Amino acid sequence: MQKIYNRIIQIAGNVVTVEAKDIGYRDLAEITSKTGKSLAQVIRMDGERVHLQVFAGSRGVSTGDKVRFLGHAMRVSFSENLLGRIFNGAGLPRDNGPMLEENMIEVGGPPVNPAKRIIPSNMVRTGIPMIDVFNSLVESQKLPIFSVPGEPYNEVLARIAMQAEVDLIILGGMGLKYDDYLFFRDTLEKHGSLSRSIFFIHTASDPTVECLLVPDISLAVAEEFALKGKRVLVLLTDMANFCDALKEISITMEQIPSNRGYPGDLYSQLAARYEKAVDFDTAGSITILAVTTMPGDDVTHPIPDNTGYITEGQFYLRNKSIEPFGSLSRLKQQVNGKTRKDHRTVMDRMMQLFADYRSTLEKQTMGFRMSEWDKKLLKYGRLFEEKMMDLSVNISLEKALDLGWEILSECFEPFEVGAKTELIEEFWPKQL
Amino acid sequence: MADKRYGKIAGINGNMVIAEFSDYVVQNEVAYIVHGNEQLKSEVIRVRGNRAELQVYEDTKGLRIGEKVEFTDELLSVELGPGLLGQIFDGLQNPLPQLAKKCGFFLKRGVYLEALPDEAKWEFTPSAKKDKTLRAGQKLGSVKEGIFDHWIMVPFGLNGELQIEAIANKGKYDLRHTIAKLKDEHGNIHNAAMQQIWPVKIPITAYAEKLKPSAPLVTKMRIIDTLMPVALGGTYCVPGPFGSGKTVLQQLISKHAEVDIVVVAACGERAGEVVETLRTFPELTDSRTGRPLMERTVIICNTSSMPVAARESSVYTAVTIAEYYRQMGLNVLLIADSTSRWAQAMREMSGRLEEIPGEEAFPAYLETRIASFYERAGVVRLNSGAIGSVTIGGAVSPAGGNFEEPVTQATLKVVGAFHGLSNNRANARKYPAIDPLESWSKYGSFIDQKERQAAQRILRKGSEVNQMMKVVGEEGTPLQDFVIYLKAEFLDSIYLQQNAFDEVDAATTKERQAHVFHVIYEILETGFDFGDKDSARRFFHGLRQRFIEWNSIEGNTEDFSKKEQEIKKIVSERVKKSKEDAAYGT
Repeated sequence: MQKIYNRIIQIAGNVVTVEAKDIGYRDLAEITSKTGKSLAQVIRMDGERVHLQVFAGSRGVSTGDKVRFLGHAMRVSFSENLLGRIFNGAGLPRDNGPMLEENMIEVGGPPVNPAKRIIPSNMVRTGIPMIDVFNSLVESQKLPIFSVPGEPYNEVLARIAMQAEVDLIILGGMGLKYDDYLFFRDTLEKHGSLSRSIFFIHTASDPTVECLLVPDISLAVAEEFALKGKRVLVLLTDMANFCDALKEISITMEQIPSNRGYPGDLYSQLAARYEKAVDFDTAGSITILAVTTMPGDDVTHPIPDNTGYITEGQFYLRNKSIEPFGSLSRLKQQVNGKTRKDHRTVMDRMMQLFADYRSTLEKQTMGFRMSEWDKKLLKYGRLFEEKMMDLSVNISLEKALDLGWEILSECFEPFEVGAKTELIEEFWPKQL
Repeated sequence: MADKRYGKIAGINGNMVIAEFSDYVVQNEVAYIVHGNEQLKSEVIRVRGNRAELQVYEDTKGLRIGEKVEFTDELLSVELGPGLLGQIFDGLQNPLPQLAKKCGFFLKRGVYLEALPDEAKWEFTPSAKKDKTLRAGQKLGSVKEGIFDHWIMVPFGLNGELQIEAIANKGKYDLRHTIAKLKDEHGNIHNAAMQQIWPVKIPITAYAEKLKPSAPLVTKMRIIDTLMPVALGGTYCVPGPFGSGKTVLQQLISKHAEVDIVVVAACGERAGEVVETLRTFPELTDSRTGRPLMERTVIICNTSSMPVAARESSVYTAVTIAEYYRQMGLNVLLIADSTSRWAQAMREMSGRLEEIPGEEAFPAYLETRIASFYERAGVVRLNSGAIGSVTIGGAVSPAGGNFEEPVTQATLKVVGAFHGLSNNRANARKYPAIDPLESWSKYGSFIDQKERQAAQRILRKGSEVNQMMKVVGEEGTPLQDFVIYLKAEFLDSIYLQQNAFDEVDAATTKERQAHVFHVIYEILETGFDFGDKDSARRFFHGLRQRFIEWNSIEGNTEDFSKKEQEIKKIVSERVKKSKEDAAYGT
């Protein structure tokens, strides 16, 4: 049964209040105004006063406009037909394809029972040595890419999307620049990955509030596919826009802000999304990679700070490469012991030497004398940055490990590296 | 009791529901919201006029104005009895594996299962005789729960002296079966079963007196036991920014701590970490008993995506279960990870109630809530004379890693030990990343006080020298200071740090700590005369290598003593050489 009301008694920010009866909490409504139709969702009820968050914004809404309640909460169609399609934040087609209305599923469903999760154990290969070798991405992991505007984070996401060995890719764009949206579409199309992808795109020019729906829709669809045994990779960009939309709504609703204007439940809101990452016992998995731009490159800002407490590590993208320090995959231990036997050694030793290189660099800038060892480190550091860290490097894990030994052998004597003799004998490149 | 009381929903805001009632309501009583055939649990948290504000322990999606609310007259309670050990509960004490069997992958709202199944039968052995007088919490008999002698006690809520009118014979009974009839001072008869129901927010006080915590709780983490120990019945907190290893540290302690029972409250944290605990603990062996670790563990798990209000109740559920086992004269450790998420849950609710906010929008009662939670720790002498304890360790996740924030500050005021994690140490891969200079403890250690102080002095001085060295460089540092710096680094790298992946190094027994620490103390106190900095550095690096090897050798073995002799020989040779050099020079 659908009910229509036309008594809007308050409009404040993007929230309108209407007097209505027998409405379910979080139900959807459709508001028809002269600027068009928009979906809205119940966010608070006080007797007959129902507060609705209008996804397209309240601009142009008149107090006499019609509000039609749909009698259900947010839903999205789920079927194989979603593959290769592009939708907006409200789940409507953005390409010229048909509307999908079959098999509607609930968005923002209940959390997974921890007893039905398993310890993740599969590596997701990306072809990026800084990830594969040093901080392996693991199936069902949730990892943010902390970055600042101007860094090629979307390029990194697109590359991972093309190369990751998963069944399905879901891209959720929030406040995406139109160019970036086209970039994603064209890149994936060129590499033939579009047919295994689904896009939910909210661009910067779309109404702000609509971006709140993107993670939920993307993850609801991902969850259904995962339950059917698919391994799904969800890419979200940029979660900072999602948080800012949350802030906007909570301020409009006169909620008391906790930290820099963000609502007190920012942690729970983010966790509800990120925790959808899962490896199901006897079904598929969801892996989440999410770009979070850090306002002012400040990791203690509430957005990256709350994110870091939820996610299983983080990648820092700085100066066009993945920064080795600070970047961390908390789950890498689950997988890097069973790739190749030199994996952990190469990872540890190269990282340690790179740390030494950084402190040598500091010494150099302070004008201290460079010893023979320092000079070796400087050579090593330069090679490492050039051959490993550069984002254009695109090689398999095994090739990257070989490359690691090559770099080491170019700069050091075997005993200086601190690896086990047995590994040195097997992997140290032989002089011709 | 009166007939059931009902109300109607009058407003909804997130997980807060306003109910209009006509009769009366009880503050903090449990109410069920009836939505179709679902019943959603909630708690009355404020009453204004004829409107009761309820915090709902479930998602409120789809609820409607006018729907029925049923008040129960009962405070939020847990079931206590044999069968709790080895279980995994959510914040409301729903057993998660059983829920999974019933509902599949997801946590369906409004499904509540019994924490302890009624039909399970336990072999009861009476120990008290008819006509004997007992007080609340005293033992009526016992059942075998794994390796423990699980006491069946006089219900905690009964007052005064109670006389046993009748007691069941040895035999198998279910948990609700009356196993004793007790007559109080007024002649009223009370039935006692093997199961008790207790409201989570009220401490169990059925004991004779609370004692001062004095015996150390051995965590087998050297930096903690030696420098900033925790006492049985004491409290400690572990604040640290993300990535500093809070959870790993808490997990290690839950594995190795020398206590009888560990209650883990995973409160608002990652589900993955809980999964690791609940999938690995059944396979790990408790070194004290040789039994699977799971048999001494209870997990209360309300991860970050589970309903927020239940997160608030989860720490109370956990501490109540801890207190229950304490009543049997056992030492219980409660690990809460993380108390910040619990505080945030309070903040969310306070915001919905539109209370006037305190600092960072936390409610004004934050401090008293935190204090009264930690106050539930303690060593008690029970009415039977036995001693039991609850130790509480809480992880804190300060926003931005800044310890000045309200939750950390409120916690520091009430705990007995502070293990502050530092990002610098974590980034340098120095684990556990507890800052040895900033952290403190008010409890005593089993390590000699004089030796501890000497170590702390060297750490402090070493850090000062290190700071200075950053300015004047190694060249500008006097050799004597440089040696102190090397000693501090040495102590840190081979004693304070522990390799969690090395089977032997991961946990160090009390005896071994005392033994090894004494060896180190002697090295720290030895005056070496090095010719130059390089030879000093070489010496300590060499020593470090041997200690690292020593740390991975099983204690009480021949290899262990051999390594010790080797180390002592190197040191004494160096001392001899120093003397010779000195003699040569003059």
